[in-house]
Amino acid sequence: MRELWQFTKLIRSKNAGPFELTFDIMFKNRDSLDDVMRREVLTPKVIAQLYRVDVKHVKFFVVEQLLAVKISIPRRVFSGDVRDTDIYGGQFHSPLVRLAVKD
Amino acid sequence: MPKTKIRAVAATGNLSTGFREESLVRAVEQGADFVGCDAGTTDSGPYYLGSGKPRGPREGVKRNLRLILREALRAGIPVIVGSAGHAGGRPHLEWTLDIIRELAREHDWHFKLAAIDSEIEKDVLADAFNRGEITPLFPAPPLDDRAIRHAERFVAMMGIEPIQQALTAGAQVIIGGRCSDVAIYASLPVLKEIPKSVAFHAGKTLECGAASAAQRLYPDCMAAEMDQDGFTVEPPNAAIRCTPQSVAAHALYENADPYRLVESGGVLDTTDSKYEAVGERAVRVTGSRFTPSKKYTVRLEGATLVGYRSIVIAGIRDPLVLRQLDSFLSTLRTVIERKVSDSLKLSADAYTLNFRVYGRNGTLGDLEPLSEEGHEVGLIIDVVAATQSLASDIIPIASHTGLHHPIAEHEGLISNLAYPFSPGGIDAGPVYSFCINHAWELNDPCKPFAMKMEVL
Repeated sequence: MRELWQFTKLIRSKNAGPFELTFDIMFKNRDSLDDVMRREVLTPKVIAQLYRVDVKHVKFFVVEQLLAVKISIPRRVFSGDVRDTDIYGGQFHSPLVRLAVKD
Repeated sequence: MPKTKIRAVAATGNLSTGFREESLVRAVEQGADFVGCDAGTTDSGPYYLGSGKPRGPREGVKRNLRLILREALRAGIPVIVGSAGHAGGRPHLEWTLDIIRELAREHDWHFKLAAIDSEIEKDVLADAFNRGEITPLFPAPPLDDRAIRHAERFVAMMGIEPIQQALTAGAQVIIGGRCSDVAIYASLPVLKEIPKSVAFHAGKTLECGAASAAQRLYPDCMAAEMDQDGFTVEPPNAAIRCTPQSVAAHALYENADPYRLVESGGVLDTTDSKYEAVGERAVRVTGSRFTPSKKYTVRLEGATLVGYRSIVIAGIRDPLVLRQLDSFLSTLRTVIERKVSDSLKLSADAYTLNFRVYGRNGTLGDLEPLSEEGHEVGLIIDVVAATQSLASDIIPIASHTGLHHPIAEHEGLISNLAYPFSPGGIDAGPVYSFCINHAWELNDPCKPFAMKMEVL
């Protein structure tokens, strides 16, 4: 069984301002993008569950000409709040890296 | 007569981060109409806006400003710096102006300096709020009159118009408080009749400096030539290059939407933008669209003081403690709260006591899906209280209690926490939070942004 990172050139997260997180997943090639999307490994529902946000607040874009998926969600804890664990939002993507891509 | 082409140079992505001198010299030598630089961001959290402190180092910022001013003055072209001092408030602006004046004295430079203030007085904001001019973006902290008065500082993010006003008034060096990144680079071109669809997209590409290059080696300059139909972006440093992929991909960075960028005055739409290679290192971008908005709004930022923080960092390596860490910390918390109540007369809701467990879920908190157990953890005991003195007093109670908190498997007094430092406690200073994520509708894009001119 393979993992998401094996299909990608880049997986990252970052703040889009202090109140929103944005994820960029750039695939190695067309086949990689298709393989992952066909298996519904990455969907708004998967993101909503992993990050505990309402699915209707998940912005999900497939950017065809870049072979990329962009996902944006509201931050449940704003950047810099007392309970924040990641000011820049740079490590929130980590649970996606080893997402199972079943054969 | 409108200029047909405008060439903009971005010194780098952030004024405190630096660039190669040779790259800037080359960029200006190749012909430039102005040099811009973004000096701020909310990325680093609310501390800088809340405290009024800039992010340095001062010598680094001074070095970068020295080179920017030197090259621009030599070429007789304007300098535009936005979001001064990292947060763009009044103290941040003043800190930057001090450096500029110092440089002018040291080098015997003479020029017209414009300072554009973006800090908004609380009274002004409260009035605007009560008139219904302020609307929440999503998600937004709750805002009311009380929250406005309770905050430390507010800024509004200026669009192109205040910078254009400074240019028209003859300023050669323009230092702005909080500013849209794009506006730093779009103001002059739009003034010279470059279409907004071109200028705004070029600005978006330029504002991170060399980050839109295929393999940025280090922070560095970027240049873009704009005309009526599009722009061509090319790094002045011959060691790096832009590709259609790198320029298009960079539009994704830090943006919630890959295609729509909302700016003051309208929306930049890059859905149908085309990116074509020009030679080995440059990219031509065409097909971007700009739709003016019916209302002109500026984004508001603000920070409120939440309390003061003290921390302790410690390692835990004993496997018997680690295998029961959740219950260990839970019972520890109960004992700490009781002792703090007894000796400091503080109830548990008067402060926050946060155990951050690195090696478990320190990075993701309650989102952590994994429960793999490691052979050690890094524990941060994080206390935020109403005063620094209180936080400093709670920390030794918390850490000393944790140090000797017993487990059944060891009979006798044990020491659970491996402190790397003496003293163990670290006072971390004031803690702020962003208290607003709202848009302010303006009739006049320049009105909140007072401009002062100085002849140096």
